[in-house]
Amino acid sequence: MNTQLLVPLLVNGIIIGTLYGVVAMCFVLIYKASQIVNFAQGEFLLVGAWICWFLLTEFNLPFIPGFILTLVFMMAFGVALQVVVLRPMIGEPIIAVIMVTIGLSIFFQALMKYLFGVFVKPFPQVFETASVAVLGLSVQPIYLLSLVISVLIMGGFAYFYQATRLGLAMRATAFDQQAAQSLGISVRQMFAISWAISAMVSSLAGVVVGVVNGVSSQLSFFGIKVFPAVILGGLDSIVGAVVGGLVVGLVENLAEYVDSQWLHWGALYIVAPFYVLVLILMVRPHGLFGTEDIERI
Amino acid sequence: MTAATATPEPAPAPLLALNNVEVVYSDVILVLRGLSLVVPAGKIVALLGANGAGKSTTLKAISGLLKTEDGAITRGEVLYAGQRLNGLDPEAIVRRGVFQVMEGRRIIADMTVIENLRLGAHTRRDREVGDDIERVLGYFPRLRERTGLAGYLSGGEQQMLAIGRALMARPRLILMDEPSMGLSPFLVQEVFAIIRRLNQELGITILLVEQNARMALAAASYGYIMEQGKIVLDGPAAELAGNEDVKEFYLGHGGDRARSFKNLKSFKRRKRWL
Repeated sequence: MNTQLLVPLLVNGIIIGTLYGVVAMCFVLIYKASQIVNFAQGEFLLVGAWICWFLLTEFNLPFIPGFILTLVFMMAFGVALQVVVLRPMIGEPIIAVIMVTIGLSIFFQALMKYLFGVFVKPFPQVFETASVAVLGLSVQPIYLLSLVISVLIMGGFAYFYQATRLGLAMRATAFDQQAAQSLGISVRQMFAISWAISAMVSSLAGVVVGVVNGVSSQLSFFGIKVFPAVILGGLDSIVGAVVGGLVVGLVENLAEYVDSQWLHWGALYIVAPFYVLVLILMVRPHGLFGTEDIERI
Repeated sequence: MTAATATPEPAPAPLLALNNVEVVYSDVILVLRGLSLVVPAGKIVALLGANGAGKSTTLKAISGLLKTEDGAITRGEVLYAGQRLNGLDPEAIVRRGVFQVMEGRRIIADMTVIENLRLGAHTRRDREVGDDIERVLGYFPRLRERTGLAGYLSGGEQQMLAIGRALMARPRLILMDEPSMGLSPFLVQEVFAIIRRLNQELGITILLVEQNARMALAAASYGYIMEQGKIVLDGPAAELAGNEDVKEFYLGHGGDRARSFKNLKSFKRRKRWL
């Protein structure tokens, strides 16, 4: 056992896994509210990261205000997307709406390439120190920050759904749209809020990964990795999304370890999550925490 | 001045009036064919009729939920406190004080009793919601003991929760769709007792759609009977309960002869109303 390699990989897996978990939660948020499988989830990361990069390099904003501005922009972006593109689709078959999200995904990938080019662009240096030592391991500060923010977001989601007026209304909408409307809940408003939160929180992951690896269309691939996470956890389970995200993050890094130590196939970590995906679809298609009767696409 | 007390009270101003309402589903299916009714403030009014007569559609036309089923009011108007409700979204109608307790209770099964009650107060922003939960639980003491998910409540408890949830919105008018559905006779008594109390103690006006005509007419002050999208008979509840036709078709007794499904004559008499 090469613990020199294994321990950092596991730490990395947990950090990346919480990021997957956060994006997976955003995906589930939209699915629960409106039964829409959002194939454009990865593009939320992409757009968010590019916007943040643009604000930091073009306007020389410091990281924190630039990041907050990005979140505000992404919130408006989510609402706009829902109102302009998806609201007219209300009443159409769900599968049509899902096709539209695939279209959105392609559109925004192309638009970002048109606006910012096809090459990887690095973020300006965000933190003074390149790495900090935690329990003898060197960890990038942005990862530490993202871990803290991710855990806060997860706690925030739990509080939002359990205790707030809007959170309750969103759960009611997810359970029974017509009954929710009879209680005076505006279903359209709930949809808009779910897209706004989803876009905003997803962009956080985009910015973090962008700061570490640079911004490029590779980022939307991160969104695709979220599929194994949500399918593993169950499409309609917030807890499942977090667990699924962590598992996918760890599986990825364990695959890297196995690959580098024994197999030497190369790039096993990229496909490993999708082995999990295939396996879970064969064994337990509704996921670990999902409701059994949900429709599968 | 003393003479004035001797004259009969003027009819109270109608809180709700439907004038010649026509409802079409999916642009083709005509369900309500010129329906008119009046609900005076502070009263219980019963709306009776066979399955498929359009009772639930009438309530949804008032509450705006018609929109969620691809239905629309194509003619006529719904007036609430003198204002038109047609065309408004359901949430706007709830905010004005009209609350529909839907058929089948439609409580949120994966939430607790308290969460369901808080949902009822969705349209309110004031700080008295907590006090109101206590007040509502006062009306339904048996809900107080239920701390688990609302999906595990019995049918009667779910109906009480649905009514309690309506109270949380502080409505002036409750549209109640078949509160007795699927309940044992004892629970039906209990639910109707609560409906009467809400009307008397809180002054809430109630439009009651029911299959249980006997209970509904006993609780209501006025009744309407509809068939195939139209009102075919109306009158004070006591009068309707005494009407021979109503007795025969809705109360399950009446006439001197024994009823039989083979009796074609009663079928013909029913047709005459249309």
